[in-house]
Amino acid sequence: SSHEHKLNFKKSKEVCLNYIQDAMLQKQWKRAAEFLTFYIESLEKDFSTAYMGPSEMIWRIGTEILCHHSHSSMKQFNSFIEQMKTLGVKRYLKVCLEHTFHLLCNGLIDEAYQNLSLAESWRFGEQTAIQDKEMKLIQAYRGLLDYYSWSKQKDILLEHGQNGFEDLSVEQEMHSCFRKAAVNLKEIIKIPGVWDLFVKCYVDLLEFYGDHNEACQVLNEYAYNSKFPANPNAHVYLYQFLKRHGESKKSLISALKILHDIVPSHELMIDFNTMLQKSKKRKKRQLGLEVIFAALDYAGWKENVKAWSCLARQVKQIVISEKHLDWIKQEWNSRKDWWPAFHFSRYLAKRNWQENESLSYEKALVAGILLGKDCKYFKYVSHQGCKAQVKRFRILKKFVNKHNPVYLRISG
Amino acid sequence: RDFNERCAQCSEVNWGLTDGGRFYCRSCHNVTERTREVVNTDFISNTRVQTISNVLRKQEKTDGGCEWYVCEGFQLVLKKQAEALEALGVCPQMKDEILCNFWRCYLQKSKQAYCNRPAGETVKALSVCDSSTDADSELERRSLLHMLSVSESEGDLQTDCSFASSTSKVSESTSLCSGSVDGSLYLMKNQKEKLRMTMPMTLSFCYMALLWLREPMTLSDLLRFVVEGHVPYLNVFQHFPEKMKLCGLDLKIFCVESWPVYEEVYNKMLELAAFLDLPRFPDITDSCFLHPDMLCIKYLMEANLPDELHNWTCRVVKKICVGEVDFLTLVPGNKSTRKVKYDVLAAAVIVVVLKLLFLLDDHYEWLLSEFAEERNKNNKEGGPYFEFKKWYKVIKCSLDVEQKKLDEERAKYLWRCEKPLFYSAKKKSKVLKRRRMVVNLQNQFGKLSGSVQPAEKPNPSSFQLSWYEENTDGSCFHGHSLKGILQEKCGLLTAMNPDYWLCTVKLCTEKLCGHLAHYREVDFPQSYHFVLRLFSFLLRIQPSYIHDEVCVIEHKLFNKKVCKKPKYKTTLRK
Repeated sequence: SSHEHKLNFKKSKEVCLNYIQDAMLQKQWKRAAEFLTFYIESLEKDFSTAYMGPSEMIWRIGTEILCHHSHSSMKQFNSFIEQMKTLGVKRYLKVCLEHTFHLLCNGLIDEAYQNLSLAESWRFGEQTAIQDKEMKLIQAYRGLLDYYSWSKQKDILLEHGQNGFEDLSVEQEMHSCFRKAAVNLKEIIKIPGVWDLFVKCYVDLLEFYGDHNEACQVLNEYAYNSKFPANPNAHVYLYQFLKRHGESKKSLISALKILHDIVPSHELMIDFNTMLQKSKKRKKRQLGLEVIFAALDYAGWKENVKAWSCLARQVKQIVISEKHLDWIKQEWNSRKDWWPAFHFSRYLAKRNWQENESLSYEKALVAGILLGKDCKYFKYVSHQGCKAQVKRFRILKKFVNKHNPVYLRISG
Repeated sequence: RDFNERCAQCSEVNWGLTDGGRFYCRSCHNVTERTREVVNTDFISNTRVQTISNVLRKQEKTDGGCEWYVCEGFQLVLKKQAEALEALGVCPQMKDEILCNFWRCYLQKSKQAYCNRPAGETVKALSVCDSSTDADSELERRSLLHMLSVSESEGDLQTDCSFASSTSKVSESTSLCSGSVDGSLYLMKNQKEKLRMTMPMTLSFCYMALLWLREPMTLSDLLRFVVEGHVPYLNVFQHFPEKMKLCGLDLKIFCVESWPVYEEVYNKMLELAAFLDLPRFPDITDSCFLHPDMLCIKYLMEANLPDELHNWTCRVVKKICVGEVDFLTLVPGNKSTRKVKYDVLAAAVIVVVLKLLFLLDDHYEWLLSEFAEERNKNNKEGGPYFEFKKWYKVIKCSLDVEQKKLDEERAKYLWRCEKPLFYSAKKKSKVLKRRRMVVNLQNQFGKLSGSVQPAEKPNPSSFQLSWYEENTDGSCFHGHSLKGILQEKCGLLTAMNPDYWLCTVKLCTEKLCGHLAHYREVDFPQSYHFVLRLFSFLLRIQPSYIHDEVCVIEHKLFNKKVCKKPKYKTTLRK
């Protein structure tokens, strides 16, 4: 360690900052606060053009400390933040926004709302234009809170409805919240970005008031507009919406197609495969096989009985029909080097059999077809199954034995 | 008095004095801003021979300020410092006689006072709204502004709190004057030949006076007292009288934002001594505190080393003749002799002695220590033998603790003073507002710090580390004997260690690179670095300074061997 003997103001504050950082990383909040008191005077010399100047440092560090320190209260925090707001005009809206988040995290929804409203009405010469993005966010979050109020009103209304009450004022309140929310939510989702929560809420509103067209359009935009970043959730929301409204299988399948491309391990792949298997189109069925194989490439699916049963069903169906064995061959080609160790080891055979009989059943079927009746997995499980006199295992054994030549054709 | 300007209104020269001390024209009763200079007994020696310049100052003096010159400010600073030193035990002579005289001499030589009107110089202060500027002052102002904006990139109090202020930088800065009359002049003119006064230079003055009186305070002691707050330096202007208003450029002169550096203060002192044409300083004899033999005792004690080492340091000192009166005494202006840094010299001598006895090559000293340990087992009478290993453990422990404390103190240093400063009246409200916020925040987070009291100023002490023989834990090595590592040869005790390694085979030319040697921690043994680190901590200077001095001593010591020019490695046989 070099003991710098030349000490000046700038250096000593840098060193101070290091101590604060160390203390924070070690969660020593008292110590961090202590050093912060010595750092604070650099505010009086805050004209650095550095990327992050003292006022921003103090805001961020102070917030952290007040969040975690055992003796700090919400009141203290609020007063601190108010001071921070006056420190930097260029940062004003950002500070407001983060303040709001903090209030929300502490369950102070009304205060958060007030905060946002106040911030929304802020005007400051050319700064207002410069901080346009933050302003939009502020409006969006206010819209979100409006939605939340709307939602509460709706629940009250429904409850009263059940009890036979009619509450006009609540209804009016609800509609007004809706209007406020809708305006802001609609605005924000126009901007390319990730707005999952906002989209969901907006769609919820639209659906309630029966504007399905608008809702569909919004979701399509969100999922397919290339300006927006690739977002698996967008496709999920669209799919769920379509499903809710009983759309055709065709549109459902097309909604999930991109999801499969982006996130092959998504949980909806099971639904996707199920739909695809049932399709009359050959291409779709092949895609189904592709989808289920791809999903099982992921460790998270290793013990998913449903997934294995989908694969087993499809493989079985193909084998029985003796048509399209090349599909299996194609899928198996890139996997035959590592799937055996990944899914069908003897260790796994034992474990699966012990923990989950259905899982082992499905897997054994697949193993038997792909690796033949002599593979470790199939041998062990079928042996155990027959020993335990479980009927389906006997049937399985027969099935695999019968179709063993298939394995040879696949692996060749 | 001799106020000969024509009245602005009636162009007469017929002045009288109002009750408030202002000049007024008896013809038309126009009151000016000129005030008669108030003879203020607060200032030590207020014998300004010059008359005040005759430029109207349009800056309001409604705040009850008076006119003051920069050197008066420095005078006050020196006075405060001298008082503090007196409180620390320095003899009163320093303040009343020596420092005073030095200062007067300086003022005279730099033509700031005690002389006739400096040739052709009118002290012109920049006025606020100079509607009738001529080309010259405009140029002056521009260069001043440039200097301000360049150097004030750190000093400009424009924060983003200064909202949408459309005032251009130029007009902002024109209101930046100084509270002092000649503040702007002070900073502007190239006063190199006149040795312009600066804050670090006040310490040079102090040290010079201390040296003249041969006070038992080294430069490193002085600087340490400054940092610890026992000698005013940072924010000393707080103690200026109310009437001396500081603003604008004064802050550049009197506000320090960094600690004084040893080299800088030392070199300035030499320059100063030469500038003042001082004669040879009082002799530093072997009974003086600053003599290496004496200082070695102190440092040996502080470093917790055996007293017996003192014999060795004296031997080295004698051998290389650094104990001679002529070598140690300062003769200003004499460029041929190398100037002596007493503290560094003493520390370096000790380092050399340690190298002589222990080699410090990361091997031998440990072997020797084990050897001494063995011998200690059989050692029943007398004091224990000194074991390097034990000493190292104790010192390392303390050093690490103290260093850590020091580092934290440095991080916690508060630079701002109670009195908020503003560059101009315009900024005053912003500055005050910010100050209030800072104080609020400090309070808020201070409460969250737990029950940490602001550290009290440590009591000034000459010794930073103390070791007591009374301690039974054996952590004091003063009384230990070196017999464990010495051997008898021809009736004399000599070191067992036959080898030595030079820090550097060749010394650099100081003129070329400013140093005699270049120290890099990785190039040298860890034990050596440790020893340097110890003294570096005690003296609060960089290890490389001590290393330089060690190199010089070694070259003197092994002069014959070094000049022999055989091509061999740097290890020598003594």
